[in-house]
Amino acid sequence: MSDQTEKIRAFILAEFLPGESPANLRDDTPLRTSGILDSLATLRVVSFVEEQFGIEVEAHEAGVENFDRIADISAFIDRKRAAKS
Amino acid sequence: MTVPSNELHLAAYLEASAQRFPERTAVVSPDGSSITYRQLNEQADRVAAFLVRRGVQPGDRVGLLLPKSKEGVTAIFGILKARAAYVPADYTAPATRLRAIYADCQVRAIFIHASVLAVLAEAPPEARPDTIVVLGCSAADARAQGLDAVVDWEEVLSEQSRVDTSTSRSLDDLAFILYTSGSTGIPKGVMLSQRNATSLAEWASSVYQPSQEDRFSNHPPFHFDMSVQDLYPAIKHAAALYLVSEELGKDPRQLALFISENRLTIWYSTPSILTMLAEYGNLRKVSLDSLRIVGFAGEVFPVKHLRKLVDLVPHPAYYNFYGPTETNVCTFASIPKPVPANRTEPFPIGPACYHCTPLVLDQNGAEVNPGEEGLLYISGPSVFLGYWNRPKENAAAFLERNGRRWYNTGDVVREDKELGFIYLGRRDRMVKRRGFRIELDDVQSGLYRHKGLREVAVIAVPDADSGVKIIAYLSAHDPAKKPSIIELKTFCNQELPYYMSPDVFIYLDALPRTSTDKVNFPALKAAFLEGK
Repeated sequence: MSDQTEKIRAFILAEFLPGESPANLRDDTPLRTSGILDSLATLRVVSFVEEQFGIEVEAHEAGVENFDRIADISAFIDRKRAAKS
Repeated sequence: MTVPSNELHLAAYLEASAQRFPERTAVVSPDGSSITYRQLNEQADRVAAFLVRRGVQPGDRVGLLLPKSKEGVTAIFGILKARAAYVPADYTAPATRLRAIYADCQVRAIFIHASVLAVLAEAPPEARPDTIVVLGCSAADARAQGLDAVVDWEEVLSEQSRVDTSTSRSLDDLAFILYTSGSTGIPKGVMLSQRNATSLAEWASSVYQPSQEDRFSNHPPFHFDMSVQDLYPAIKHAAALYLVSEELGKDPRQLALFISENRLTIWYSTPSILTMLAEYGNLRKVSLDSLRIVGFAGEVFPVKHLRKLVDLVPHPAYYNFYGPTETNVCTFASIPKPVPANRTEPFPIGPACYHCTPLVLDQNGAEVNPGEEGLLYISGPSVFLGYWNRPKENAAAFLERNGRRWYNTGDVVREDKELGFIYLGRRDRMVKRRGFRIELDDVQSGLYRHKGLREVAVIAVPDADSGVKIIAYLSAHDPAKKPSIIELKTFCNQELPYYMSPDVFIYLDALPRTSTDKVNFPALKAAFLEGK
């Protein structure tokens, strides 16, 4: 679980917040509603999550309810994996 | 000058198509509903008669604040049939900006969606247009929001009177006004005539070679100049025009399915959208083989994404279209297929379109030698009439030379004998991203509103992945309490439109200055490119 959130955090920091201190990007920091991720950036996060964690994200699942916070993304991955196994 | 040639008027495109192919589908709305050429023409006639009865005169401006819909297209043709000019704007933009636009050009009437009635309801009654037509709710519902003199769309379509403007039309008629972006700066209204739009439509038709069998996409909104090249060639040739909604336009997988299922043949959008399709549109599984033309404009297309798109969708002809709103497309280049594997630099913008005459001048206004760089000027029937009510800007925009009027694009180019024009950049501080013009100084003044920042300098650099990257160099009043990058992003999200938000924020103790104490922009740019 924590390894998963760290991977997502590292990706978002490197791609969209270069120079930001990792401590400032908390598990509950809003990503979409804050403007850290726009629609194009969200697609990149979705594609990263698919490749990295071996899940498929449907278009309707890539909205604010699953992708607005690292904690939500991680919980979403867990649910998808549980449903698969 | 009145040109009797009726077939060269935008409204006449519709009338001719309605006569030749009355039962063919003209426009398909995002909800899947559609309208035939006969219906579109009849309803537009009613809109025109309604407007004229309400006192709208030739040359009057009529606002358009609607999501993409067949009703929006009907309203456009109704306005044109009344010899008035439509003024479309982004209905999701802040109300203050929209009120500023409509106050600037003094619209006589407006077509407005129920969801944005507050734009008018919160304006003082004397600042509202004489005629307000609401779509998406009844007039009674709109009146409940405090707007007295409102008419709904159904009432407009039940108009019984008739007008015929076909004998008085002129190619000099103002057809529409497009307001340029720039959110913190005051938007300028680019006035475009019937001649401007028809010359583009005729030229685009020579490239597209459309027929009534074609199915055009319309991805850009009507307040973007690119929509002109979808709408009028499609209607002129009695093709079907598929409107892409704002939501669908941002969803690459659904968008790919939309193109595939509707068997679209002609696609035109910004490179950002095509990049999104290539990278995330699942194109290995969804076939886009119905497409025969793919055009793009509005920003640089990063070659690696273009190559991927052409590899995945090899069938259509690809075109890079170039031109500011003031001339619309004025040069174009065909993209070679496949895109050479070793190419990294963006493709040329190509030779001038047949209806545009180019001229390249140096800083002193002298013609450059062939192959030398200079500012690109354009003259011809596509050059706009001027900015609405902006004498100072109009004087600066045009050059009189050799008995012709030339528009200074502000773009620096070099002409190659075989490739046509190569875009080199700009001498001012404007960049184009996702089809929007961005003044870097507007980004800067947006950031300066943050109280924790002492100095701000915003630069743009070319980027292989996104075309252009916006970098903000900053220093803080108190280095121990400098705002975090997340805080700055959040701040920009509130203060600026999304496309203006910088990609990278870099703190320095103090910004480098020149001997005259100005921010040393070249030094910042060099430092960034070196550090990459």
